[in-house]
Amino acid sequence: MDELIVAVAKHRDRAAFRQLFDHFAPRLKAFVMRQGLDSQMAEEVTQEAMVRVWQKAQQFDPSKARASTWIFTIARNLRIDFLRKAHRPEPDPDDPALMPEAEPGGFARVAQTQEAERLRAAIAALPEDQRVVLHLAFFEEKTHPEIAGQLDIPLGTVKSRIRLAFKRVRSELGEDQ
Amino acid sequence: MTIVHHPSEELLLDYASGALSESWSLAVATHLALCPACRREVTCMETVGGGLLDALTPAGCSDATFDAVLARLTDDVDDAPITTPHEMAGPAPILPQPLRGYIGADLDDIPWQRLGLGAYQCLVRTEDGVTARLLRIPAGRPVPEHTHRGQELTLVLRGAFSDQTGHYGAGDFQDADEHLKHQPHAAPGDDCICLAITDAPLRFRSLAARLVQPLLGI
Repeated sequence: MDELIVAVAKHRDRAAFRQLFDHFAPRLKAFVMRQGLDSQMAEEVTQEAMVRVWQKAQQFDPSKARASTWIFTIARNLRIDFLRKAHRPEPDPDDPALMPEAEPGGFARVAQTQEAERLRAAIAALPEDQRVVLHLAFFEEKTHPEIAGQLDIPLGTVKSRIRLAFKRVRSELGEDQ
Repeated sequence: MTIVHHPSEELLLDYASGALSESWSLAVATHLALCPACRREVTCMETVGGGLLDALTPAGCSDATFDAVLARLTDDVDDAPITTPHEMAGPAPILPQPLRGYIGADLDDIPWQRLGLGAYQCLVRTEDGVTARLLRIPAGRPVPEHTHRGQELTLVLRGAFSDQTGHYGAGDFQDADEHLKHQPHAAPGDDCICLAITDAPLRFRSLAARLVQPLLGI
């Protein structure tokens, strides 16, 4: 998937874009429908997201993020500025005032295509209670207290489930800290 | 810059998921610009978000959807040219993005407004109904002891302050809620300049501070 985005960026490759579309558009649509949008609206947001994938492909850096991570951030930002009409302050990776990494590597180093499958497997293998909490956070933008309220569990339990889930995914990706 | 105090995992996750509104995000994102460790943490969270997206059962998307997208694609590149740091002319700006976009590059050019009690403020324009401001506390001086009705995020930009929870220097991040009663004290040397985000007025302990508070708007 990473190479497809690069092909779109470098060569405006429409065949590569079609492959990206076939994989991600139905998932993006499912993603936004999880937020309670009707099918019509979800369709519109999905189209907008894929147009942004085309437009912003030059900004994709396969050494820093994998395709699904990058497309998740596009969908997330779209949700904020297209649906919520709000502004999202973000650091600028090219900002000279940005404090650079002390050494190259860290999480970026392990962001390789072949690990997409391992990531998917790690997420699929998460215990149901951890996955439910992550779904509420990422798909429904619920804060920790909202998740605690909705599931009727203590806030500390929400925190520990999230922490355990990240720990497991990280160790699966060889980033055990 | 050695950063000791970081945003909580909760705040970073709310930022990564998009749940955090503009003012809080401004403080978190400006800390991220200064803190590679927290940037890695957020990237890890976004990777999980991407993994969850990838693992969703696909919804139906027709050829008509693809055709509608195709009709909107153009071959031009509408991105701003990508500049790398060494291509930029002039000295590096002092304040990082995204804060620079809100208040300018230089802390010495801030249009300060006198708060009394030796302190100054400059409101930062955000649109989420939460108050974002720069605070300047003179070197060596205390801020009157106070508790919080809501949440207060503080990011140190220059100088340092201490309270009973520790010492906070440039890049350090404090997350205070109604349980923290503190009396921050600016360290000697430079005036302490912070970005402070609050969703409710502070609750000062001393009557004098409470009396002037409505005038100061803090």
